[in-house]
Amino acid sequence: MPDISSIPVVKKALNGYVGFHNLPNQVHKKSVKKGFQFTLMVVGESGLGKSTLVNTLFNASLYPNKENREPTLDSPKTVEIQTISADIEENGVKLKLNVIDTPGFGDFVNNEESWKPILENIESRYDSYLEQESRVNRKKLVDTRVHACIYFIAPTGHSLKPLDIEFMKRLAHCVNLIPVIAKSDTLTEDEISAFKSRIMEDIAFHKISIYQPLTYENDDPETLQEHKDIVSKIPFAVVGSDREVDSNGTKVRGRKYPWGVINVDDESHCDFVKLRQMLVRTHMEELKEHTIEVLYETYRAKKLIASGLTETIHSTANPLSRFEDERAAHEQKMSKMEAEMKAVFQQKVAEKESKLKASEDE
Amino acid sequence: MVVGRTGLGKSTLINTLFAAHLIDSKASKKSSDPPRQTTEIINSVTLIEENGINLKLTITDTPGYGDQVNNERCWEPIVKFVKEQYSSYLRKELTPARERRINDTRVHCILFFIAPTGHSLAPLDIAVMRKLSENSNVIPVIAKSDSLTPEERLNFKKRIKEEIEFHGIRLYPLIDTEEDYNEADRIEKQLAQQIRDTIPFAIVGSEMNVVVDGKTVRGRKTRAGIINVENEQHCEFVHLRNFLMRTHLHDMIETTASVHYENFRTKQLLALKESNGIKNTSANGNDTG
Repeated sequence: MPDISSIPVVKKALNGYVGFHNLPNQVHKKSVKKGFQFTLMVVGESGLGKSTLVNTLFNASLYPNKENREPTLDSPKTVEIQTISADIEENGVKLKLNVIDTPGFGDFVNNEESWKPILENIESRYDSYLEQESRVNRKKLVDTRVHACIYFIAPTGHSLKPLDIEFMKRLAHCVNLIPVIAKSDTLTEDEISAFKSRIMEDIAFHKISIYQPLTYENDDPETLQEHKDIVSKIPFAVVGSDREVDSNGTKVRGRKYPWGVINVDDESHCDFVKLRQMLVRTHMEELKEHTIEVLYETYRAKKLIASGLTETIHSTANPLSRFEDERAAHEQKMSKMEAEMKAVFQQKVAEKESKLKASEDE
Repeated sequence: MVVGRTGLGKSTLINTLFAAHLIDSKASKKSSDPPRQTTEIINSVTLIEENGINLKLTITDTPGYGDQVNNERCWEPIVKFVKEQYSSYLRKELTPARERRINDTRVHCILFFIAPTGHSLAPLDIAVMRKLSENSNVIPVIAKSDSLTPEERLNFKKRIKEEIEFHGIRLYPLIDTEEDYNEADRIEKQLAQQIRDTIPFAIVGSEMNVVVDGKTVRGRKTRAGIINVENEQHCEFVHLRNFLMRTHLHDMIETTASVHYENFRTKQLLALKESNGIKNTSANGNDTG
């Protein structure tokens, strides 16, 4: 049988109207109908405004205000992973947004390995997708993979902390890492530039591969310029606010201080707009693509090679036999467990009986 | 002494407080600088003069505190240093032929810098404040408080005070249980209470000048507006300066000597008596082991 992929491709010009130029619209219609889905993770020490920024990004109160709890002697011992989902809509386009919060990161006296639960969570999502992908029935694929991870840097104005470097080094290769300078309204213009330069130096020195938005050659000059503007601002110096304040008579989203008002949506006040542009408006699909086509594939390849499979995922000619084997093993395990539990149960019943008998005799 | 994580403006505050560039920031200057593995103790001694009054000022900086991934026991070098000064003073005091005026290197005041998270105290802060307040006068300040709106600042302070009380941390000024002997005492007590109510001081430091209403003041020009360090609406720097320099400087020195040092001395001498009793040798007061 001739191999289709080896037939040379010939380019031809059209002589009349065909109609396939409408394909993008068809795709658009289908996508809008299907709806979009995005999974975002936020990482950073307590009090850097993570929840507020998420609320600001999506203009929705996804995170309620942190209640003031009573001071207590016991505190959590490990980093938690908390996910919330929200369905939001804009102009008829539906977005299912999943946000993963990581409370506890960087908050303990000893933060060694605080990156571990986070890395494990990201990898388990890859594992889950890998498992679903290998199933016989793939009708309902649920994609929980993390498309972007925003890392919050404290506005010290100096350099990255050892914990920042440790975390970013370990996670940059398995998730799209977007560093931001949190609460940047406390820094002056000069301090922000100096801080940004130093952060990028630190990142380069430690060879951390943060997310780099790509351009395409065919992009128009306007898009290219927009792209350049965005890239020049990384790491984004952000300010978040989910409430409105009065600024010279108009209501804006921002923060009101005795010495003035910061307007979150004003690009001369902070880089929030650029972050939102990149994350939501222009690069959301690209972030997803990069996760799916590069990060996930790298993880998948590594994992499968590590488990000894090199050519295809099914080493035998008959793909079904592998599942048969697995199912048999699983059933065996189940029946063994069942037998064990039965034995334990019977033993306990016997014990109880003998106890009752003993007390009756007395 | 100043204690707090890197980047909270400790050096800047000292330089603002004393209106002179006394200490440099100890932050790393290059990416290739290796991170500190432990808390360092760096002292600098300066002689300053105001209206004919001379002040010999020793500033102890503690770079590296709280900066590592694992900060267990990062406070130990600090506590050790404070105790060593008491130790050395005690030794000199016990010497038969002692100097008339012993060079007092004891730490009279520890400014503890809290990050302006707006939430609550970090576990590390609580542990360290407690340890330090057992040995010296600790005054907590909210660093870089220009990151908080007035409302956030109020809530944060309230929360911090609750936690300090909950964990039994005894801060300066210590509560005076003595009777009010006269009007002056009562006024003093009121003042002390006022200070206790203001603590932790929400501060902003700056060595740079900005122009406000035609006048040149020390401040910061941020994207929101111009912050004037000396403006009481903007931050509590003035309150802190008055408290530290104008009214309570002498009292802090006295409290260090009469309360903290005496506590240390008592503990040391008792421990000495016990160990001498066990060894069954004649007491030799020079050995503070």
